Amino acid sequence: MKILPAWLRRPSILPTTLAADNSKGPWGPGNDDEKSGPRNPWSVPPGGKKAAKPTALDEFLNRAKNVGGGGGGGGMPQLPGGANARALWLIAVALIVIVWVVWTSFHQIGPQQRGVVTYFGRYSGILNPGIRLTLPAPIVNVQKVDVEQVRNDEFPRDGSENVLTGDQNILDLAYTVRWRVENPRDFVFEIQDPEETVRATAESAMRAVIATTTLNEAIGAGRTTIEARVAQTMQQILNDYQAGVRVQGVSIKQASAPASLIDDFNAVTAAQQQAVGALNNARSYSQQVIAQAQGEAARFDKVYGEYKLAPEVTRRRMYYETMEAVLAKTDKTIVEPSGVMPYLPLGQQRKLEEPRAAAPATLPAQPAPTTGAPR
Amino acid sequence: MNALFRNPVAAGFAALAAAILTAATFAIVPETKQAVILRFENPVATINQWQPGQVFGRTGAGMIARIPFIDKIVWIDKRVLDADLDNTLVLSTDQLRLNVDAFARFRIVDPLKAVTSTGSTSNTEERVADQLRPLLGTALRNELGKVPFSSLLSPERGRVMDAIQASLQRNAQQYGAEIVDVRIKHADLPDGSPLESALERMRTARQQEANTIRAQGQKQAQIVRAEAEAQSARIYAESFSKDAQFYDFYRAMESYRRTFGADGGPAPTGSTNIILSPGNDYLREFRGQK
Repeated sequence: MKILPAWLRRPSILPTTLAADNSKGPWGPGNDDEKSGPRNPWSVPPGGKKAAKPTALDEFLNRAKNVGGGGGGGGMPQLPGGANARALWLIAVALIVIVWVVWTSFHQIGPQQRGVVTYFGRYSGILNPGIRLTLPAPIVNVQKVDVEQVRNDEFPRDGSENVLTGDQNILDLAYTVRWRVENPRDFVFEIQDPEETVRATAESAMRAVIATTTLNEAIGAGRTTIEARVAQTMQQILNDYQAGVRVQGVSIKQASAPASLIDDFNAVTAAQQQAVGALNNARSYSQQVIAQAQGEAARFDKVYGEYKLAPEVTRRRMYYETMEAVLAKTDKTIVEPSGVMPYLPLGQQRKLEEPRAAAPATLPAQPAPTTGAPR
Repeated sequence: MNALFRNPVAAGFAALAAAILTAATFAIVPETKQAVILRFENPVATINQWQPGQVFGRTGAGMIARIPFIDKIVWIDKRVLDADLDNTLVLSTDQLRLNVDAFARFRIVDPLKAVTSTGSTSNTEERVADQLRPLLGTALRNELGKVPFSSLLSPERGRVMDAIQASLQRNAQQYGAEIVDVRIKHADLPDGSPLESALERMRTARQQEANTIRAQGQKQAQIVRAEAEAQSARIYAESFSKDAQFYDFYRAMESYRRTFGADGGPAPTGSTNIILSPGNDYLREFRGQK
């Protein structure tokens, strides 16, 4: 209805079946050329000769110019007249009609596509892949929908976004949703903007699921569970809408603590390492202590076994050996009850005869003191 | 036929007129549209109105005829439509501010009502969506204002959404719309202090966790050490208690050696002077007296 001016410009005689198509708005691609085609190509006829006598058309045109009407398009070009011209007219019109019919009756449906067929606007079926024949437009219309292609939706479109978790923490999240058209009929007829609907559904489902998990689950082991739950929730919502969409899968690309908290999260990891380290140290210490105890106990057991065979002798022997070893390393002073009798090691003057109550003489340490009797 | 050939212009005009008449009489109602027919601006019929449970192919879609130039057709989308609402600031009961993006999916089930209530004969769906948006905002603020922030992040969220949907549904009826679904897309803390304080809380929680882990590690380590010490004490006791007296002697000897640096170990620090009285047991023989 809006394109009536285009009709006025068009001098061709079209079958009325085409008229209904005009109410439907824009012409399909490729039709425009054929429609407006006749005006120019035929303005200079193949015969090349001008009309011999004025036809009714010429008269009409002259009258129209005088009146100033004549419709849009800036005046008609001179049209060929006579019997030839009539034949050309007919051929042109027939050609246009045939092209139109062929163009809109054959549909090439690719292997990944399905065609949704409407008969005067009413749904009448699905076309499977191949070259399919239908009635021409505007009686039958075919809308091709790709049902095989898996569409990838990235959330967010770049980078990552903050999502609140169930324990009121903030999660940095980026994920992908894969989906495809399952039911082309519903996909075309049920939802105004199916792609946008899938996006909004995905965002809503993802947040609803994250809101029921903890931060540690989300950044840790819970990822697979979250993905599965989001896909399931999405599918349920889209089924409620009868969107004709199949959610193939949800994959979380990134789920981490906010960037500004990375250090603090790493500190927790470090603390875990430290705890493990402390425990390892304690374990090695305990190994040492127990091994030492066992060693000493074993040593004692052995000595004790010997000691029991000859207690007194062994005891004395051990005593003397110990004393020898100990006293050999130390400075010794023997104090008589009557005074101080410095005990002199070899190589030193004896002072035994000097009867004086003196303080014990401190002697320089000797490498080999003797405990033998004084000479 | 001859007349047609003789006068192609007239024929063309006749065809043109027929075409215009046809186009004005017949219209194709697609599956995705509902039509309200106005006769002198009075609605006389609705065509292809949405009905629950209808199957495509058996709807009211198809070719319709009308009285040309008198009946006017108003087209209304039949599909599920979307009213989006971005960045609504909501205050929960615990005074937490929240940035909410929500959407309502709706369908116009009474096209006539939609046309009359919005008073528009073009883009009716958009007008309805424009009407629903503020209503959705009000419903969001009301319902989310009744619950604490934490329940938005819990399975209770579904109940809140249902309440929002119900309250929006009551309002949507007057526009001939039916709410299919209401959902929260985003619920985020607004930038600035709410976000910062949440991040700060997370930070302190992590630090606390780190300290706890460290302390727990220390505790475990101490327990392990204590157990080892207890075990070694048991081993010593088992062995030494066979003869306590001999142990005392044996250990004393060992102790002397160690104290005076005679056990081959490191030399003791500080020099040692031993002052022996002749009565010392070690010098018993030294005195030559029996």
